[in-house]
Parts: sequence; structure tokens; C-alpha cells
Amino acid sequence: MGEKVLMKGNEAIAEAAIRAGCRYFFGYPITPQNEIPEYMARRLPQVGGVFLQAESEVAAINMVYGAAAAGGRVMTSSSGPGISLKQEGLSYMAGAELPCVVVNMVRAGPGLGGIQAAQSDYFQATKGGGHGDYRLVVYGPASIQEAVDLMAHAFDVADRYRTPVMLLGDGMLGQMMEPVEFPDYQVNIPVKDWITNGASGRPARVISSIFLKPEELDAHCWAMKRKYEEIAENETRVECLGLDDADFCLVAYGTTARICRSVMEKARESGLRVGLIRPISLWPFPTNTIREVASGNVKAFLTVEMSTGQMIEDVMLAVNGKKPVHFYGKTGGMVPAPRDILAKLRVVADDPEKGRMN
Amino acid sequence: MKHEVIIAGFGGQGVMVAGELLAYAGMLEGKKVSWLPSYGPEMRGGTANCSVVVSDEEIASPVVTEPTVLVVMNRPSLDKFEGWLVPGGLLIINTSLVKREPSRDDINIVRIPCSEVADELGSAAVANMIVVGAVVSRTGIVKMESVVEGLKKVVPAHRHNLIPLNLKALEKGREIALGVAVCS
Amino acid sequence: MATVVMKRPETLKRVITHYCPGCTHGIAHRLVAEAIDKLGIKQKVIGVASVGCSVFAYNYLDCDFVQAAHGRAPAVATGLKRVLPDSVVFTYQGDGDLASIGTAEIVHAAARGEKITVIFINNGIYGMTGGQMAPTTLVGDRTTTSPEGRDPAKAGYPIKMCELLSTLEGAAYVARASLHDPANVLKASRFVTRAFECQLERKGFAIVELLSACPTNWSLKPIDALKAVKEKMVAHYPLGEFKGGAGSEA
Repeated sequence: MGEKVLMKGNEAIAEAAIRAGCRYFFGYPITPQNEIPEYMARRLPQVGGVFLQAESEVAAINMVYGAAAAGGRVMTSSSGPGISLKQEGLSYMAGAELPCVVVNMVRAGPGLGGIQAAQSDYFQATKGGGHGDYRLVVYGPASIQEAVDLMAHAFDVADRYRTPVMLLGDGMLGQMMEPVEFPDYQVNIPVKDWITNGASGRPARVISSIFLKPEELDAHCWAMKRKYEEIAENETRVECLGLDDADFCLVAYGTTARICRSVMEKARESGLRVGLIRPISLWPFPTNTIREVASGNVKAFLTVEMSTGQMIEDVMLAVNGKKPVHFYGKTGGMVPAPRDILAKLRVVADDPEKGRMN
Repeated sequence: MKHEVIIAGFGGQGVMVAGELLAYAGMLEGKKVSWLPSYGPEMRGGTANCSVVVSDEEIASPVVTEPTVLVVMNRPSLDKFEGWLVPGGLLIINTSLVKREPSRDDINIVRIPCSEVADELGSAAVANMIVVGAVVSRTGIVKMESVVEGLKKVVPAHRHNLIPLNLKALEKGREIALGVAVCS
Repeated sequence: MATVVMKRPETLKRVITHYCPGCTHGIAHRLVAEAIDKLGIKQKVIGVASVGCSVFAYNYLDCDFVQAAHGRAPAVATGLKRVLPDSVVFTYQGDGDLASIGTAEIVHAAARGEKITVIFINNGIYGMTGGQMAPTTLVGDRTTTSPEGRDPAKAGYPIKMCELLSTLEGAAYVARASLHDPANVLKASRFVTRAFECQLERKGFAIVELLSACPTNWSLKPIDALKAVKEKMVAHYPLGEFKGGAGSEA
């Protein structure tokens, strides 16, 4: 580990990507992630990499597509409205099985929305976003340090499974500064024997997502499905706190999870036994963990999000009616206050059946 | 112990750097710290602010809505944030630009004519260091030695020649806040 | 001893294409293959196929290929070329792809002086989707989405891409040729080769527009379709090298 430095989330993520071997960045300005392209524009030329400001997010993701086809370790970043424009390219990359990392510093939506922190892009990130039958690996870091640690992992997962991976942050994570330490990276980019770099001494290769014969596309989709099952088996990440004796379980990711952690501690000080499940991978979702907790002594779940309720659908699927699931949400770019979550928790504790969402 | 600070003013008054310095000093002491700026269109009207948390415990949210310390470098900042300060909290006012008296009577107030004091020190650019000196001396949020250490990190290497002047400004802020020095 | 006067280009695969009778894609493919052979660059060429009738260009040209989303070929080519600056990257795009949905991508690739070669097939119609109006459809021409003929009052005017792109400093070579008769095909061949040479010489962005026939969607016999290219299209789309041609200092 290196020296501890105070760094903005966006800049720390960009530096982590470079240390993880990323050498190509294509992007387009949008608040609140502009420090990522700006940092890349300064730093990538110093390490022999390429930064290019594209004419649009659509062009940027398609440049990423080309760079990945050429074998480059490549990324892009944006926020909600720009990520919507990148969905075309993400679908093509998933279909053509090309690796890349996409950072989404989520701002409040829909439409132009606002620029403050939100978790309103959960559905878009975890349920496809683009067209077609594919999955996106999505990580939701709760601190700048975790974002830095996940960045290298995201590139490795992208390469290992030849799939796009998304880091789902929010405006607050991108803009704030926290102490961060960069781990000693071992950059091991696997040999890519599928790239298009000129058919020299080998037959010509084609990278494509088109399969006009139904049987061939069917086979392709099921092969991808098997890959996604393997990812779910190997790459699901979740943090569990205080679940051994918990009567009530908070479920939250990213920024809301760090707030829920302090809610949990405050609740325990007042005698309420509360635990926390924090999904780190949002797809694959830690369904099994939640299912097991639902089968135990917990009386109810409270899902907390900066949205009107998106991840709660995955929580309810996992709980499968065994226990009541409740919701507390804040939107518009506001971060929920610990005391408000605690108040909701007390209401749930008084009567877990009342107001359940499932 | 947890200190939650809002530093607000015009762009160019160094409020962002002042907050960053407090956070850096806290980090050097092994404390948990966070720094969160205002951003986007909020910044385009010429006002800027940042929230700093320095705590012994993990920081849940870097968003500060009930500051224990509030530094206002201009009038709009006093109007916006005065009501946010917790009872018994510390308000530091730059009286060079803020001519209105605070309406609260349940808080501690330090008045510093930052522009005049900075000019006396030789540079208007050190107004932010004067308030950092005042915050540190009145709250003990971090040690002054850590701030001095942090300066070397926050000030870019090619500007390190300015560090002695910044140190003088920190000391001046400390003296005024503790009543050792009387401002003209 | 027999002398070989003509043979199938090495880069052109020995397969039957899916193109309609009288379609000029076959000629354009051959010109690309011949240029690649002539310049000896087959082993470092990466083609970018677009969306349209030529979506399967990689089935006919024997080199590495990446299939791009509709209109995005210049962006994909940019990504490839930036990672592999010593490779030779070309896109093969139709008029709907390049001059409608991909206008931003082609204009900005040219403005950046992206060192890629663009083969632009202009037949004034959407072929693969069944004959809809293209950005280059001539005024008055009937298509399935301009059944009374293209009316500029409602549908605007056809875009002259070469004229537009040649105003950009990053565009090093801009030329338009027609595929309606052997003499013009020979000229087109020179232009295509020149567009690849321009990339090899790292001069900047290069594009060749090839006026082409689509007898199926024009509802014309192949021979009449070629006549229509000669008489109608060439009249609206002047031929020649707009920039970077022989004798000009680009």
C-alpha cells in the first residue's frame, strides 16, 4: 500500500483505472463526473495512453467498442443522461462479448433531472438498459477507497468474462474527498486471442453481434446465459453487518449503505437489534444471502435507497414473502438523514406487518 | 468527537482550499475525514461552499446540514447558512464583506475583517488561512501542527515559497480568535 | 506461356454474395480488395462493417472485421486506430448509415483528421430495409417513404457529403466517383487506392464516395439503373477529387 492521500472520488477512480492498466479513455463532458475525463486528459499521455473527447456519448461508447476490439484496456464514464446514450454501445459490446469498464456517477433523474447524488439508475444498470438478452456486471462502491479497490477488479472481471462492467457511483461519491490508499496493483491482462489487429499469420477474425440464423442466435444467447451464471457463482459480493442477533435488517448499497451503517449503530445504542446487508455487486445480486437471512430470525427488512424504490424489487424477490419488506427513499438529489431512517425503522419495529411492500 | 464544518463565500476566496486543508490535517492525525464541495450550476453564480467532517468515528454522510462550525466569507453565505448552525456552534464572520449582524443569540461568534488583516499581512489571497487559524484555535478540530503539515500537501510544489506567508496568516487568525490580537 | 492479365484479388473471398443482380456493391468490394492487394496491406487491415446491405462485407473481404452499430463505424474505427496506430482501418458505409444516423460520427472523424479510410456507397436509398428515402435521395425520386417523390418542402434536400466534408481541415482526401461504366470504375479504383495511401502516409481522414445503383429498390433493370446513375445522380453529385487529389497540395 502506498501513502494515504486526500482525493476527490472522480480523480481517485481515474487514477485507479490507470494503475489497473487502463490506457484508453473516450468520453464526453457531463456533471458530476467531469473530473474523470479531465484527469484522464492530463494523466493518460504521461503513461503512453490515449484520451479522446468524443463528439457525443454515443460516439464515445462506440470508440470504446473499437478500442476493445483492438485489445485495449479501455473505459468511459458519464452520468445518467449520458449513460442512456451509451446503452446502444453497451448492448453491442455485450453481444460481441467485448470487455470494458463504464463509470456512472449517478445524478437524479428522469430526463435532465438534477446533478446531485441519486440512485435512480439502478434499474437501468442492473436490468439491461440497452436492448436484447444480456446482463451487465454492476458494482456499487460505498466509499472512495472501495471504488478504488473495485476499479482494478472491474477491469479483471471485464477481461475474464469478456463483458462490459459498470461502476455505479453517485454525484456525492464523485465530488467528495476522502482519504484513499492505492494498493500495489499487479496488472495481469490476459492474452486476447480473439482481437482484430490485422490477420497476420492467422485467418481473418470477425467481431460482431449479428446472428441472422435463429438457431445460431439462440445458441449465442444460451452461451452468454451460461457465462452470466458463472459470473453470478463467482463474482457476487456482499457485506453483512450485525446479522447474528438482528431483529431487523437494513438493505442498502453505495452512499445510502454508509448512512445505514451509522443508523444501525445508533439503533443498537437505543436497544434495537439491527443488521445491515450491503450488496457490493448489484448484478449479480446477493439473492442467496438475503434469502438465508429471511429464513432466519429477522422480523422485517427495510430497504433504503435514493430513489422511489428500485433495488427493493430484488430484495422482495429474494425474501419471497417470508418476511415483511419496507421501504424508505429520498429522491431529487437529497441524501437521507440518519435520524429519518431511524424514525422509519422504529415505525417498522412497532408493527412489522403494517405498511409492508410485499 | 465529530466536527461538522461549512465554509462558504465567493469563488476565489479560497473556501474550497480552506476546507481541504482541515480535512488533510485531520487525515494526517488518523481521523476519519470527508470534504464535499458545492458543484454544478450552484457554482456558476459566483458562490462556493464546502462541507468538511472530521470525526473519530466512520463518517456516514459527508453532507453537513447541522454544522458545528460555520465560516461565512460573504453576505449571501450568512443569509443561507446562519439558521443551520447548531446551538452553541461557532460562527466565523468575515466582517470586511458581511455588514449585517447575525440574528442568532445562541451561538459563539468570531468577527474577523479578513480582507484588511490579509492586506496587512501582504496578500489578499491568505484570507482563507486566517479563518482556518481561527477555526482550529477555537475548536481544536485538528492540531495546528497538522495544519502546517497539511499545507505542504495542499499547496502545489511550485507555490511552496508562499508557505511562510500562509503560516503567518494562520497564526494571525489564531491570535484574533483567541483575543490575543485585537483587529483594527 | 500464358500471361495472367486479370485474376480475383486475394482479399476477395471465393464465395457468392447475397447482393441483388445489378447491385454495384460487388464492384465496390472488388475495388477495395484490389487496393488492399496492390498496397500489400492485407495483414494489417481492419475493416469496419456498417448496418445496411453491406453488413456482411466481412463474408466477402478476407481481412479482420468489426461489425459496428448503425452510423457508428467512424467512431469504432477511431477506437481501433487509436489503439493500433500502425494498422490500416477502413469503414464501408452506405448513405443512410453515413449521411443520416451517422452524420455526427463522420463529420467529427473528419474534423479530427482521424487517420482512417472511408468507403461511402451512395445509391440514394435504404436498400436493406426495403427502399425508404435516404438523406441522399434526389428531389422528386419516389421511395416507400416518399411515395409522391421527394418533396423538398417536406423532406428537405439531398446532402452532398463530399462537398460538406471537404470544408474540414482534418479531411486530407475527399473524392467522388461513379460505378456506372468501366471508365468510371477505373477512376474509382484510383481514388480508392489513393484513399488508402493517404492513411499509410498518415495525412489524415480520407473518404471516397461511390455513386452506386440499387436496381431492386429503384424498380429498374440493372442496365437502366446504371443509366440512372449516369444521367441523374452524376448530374446532382459532381465527380472528382475535392481535396488531396493528384497535383493538389493537401
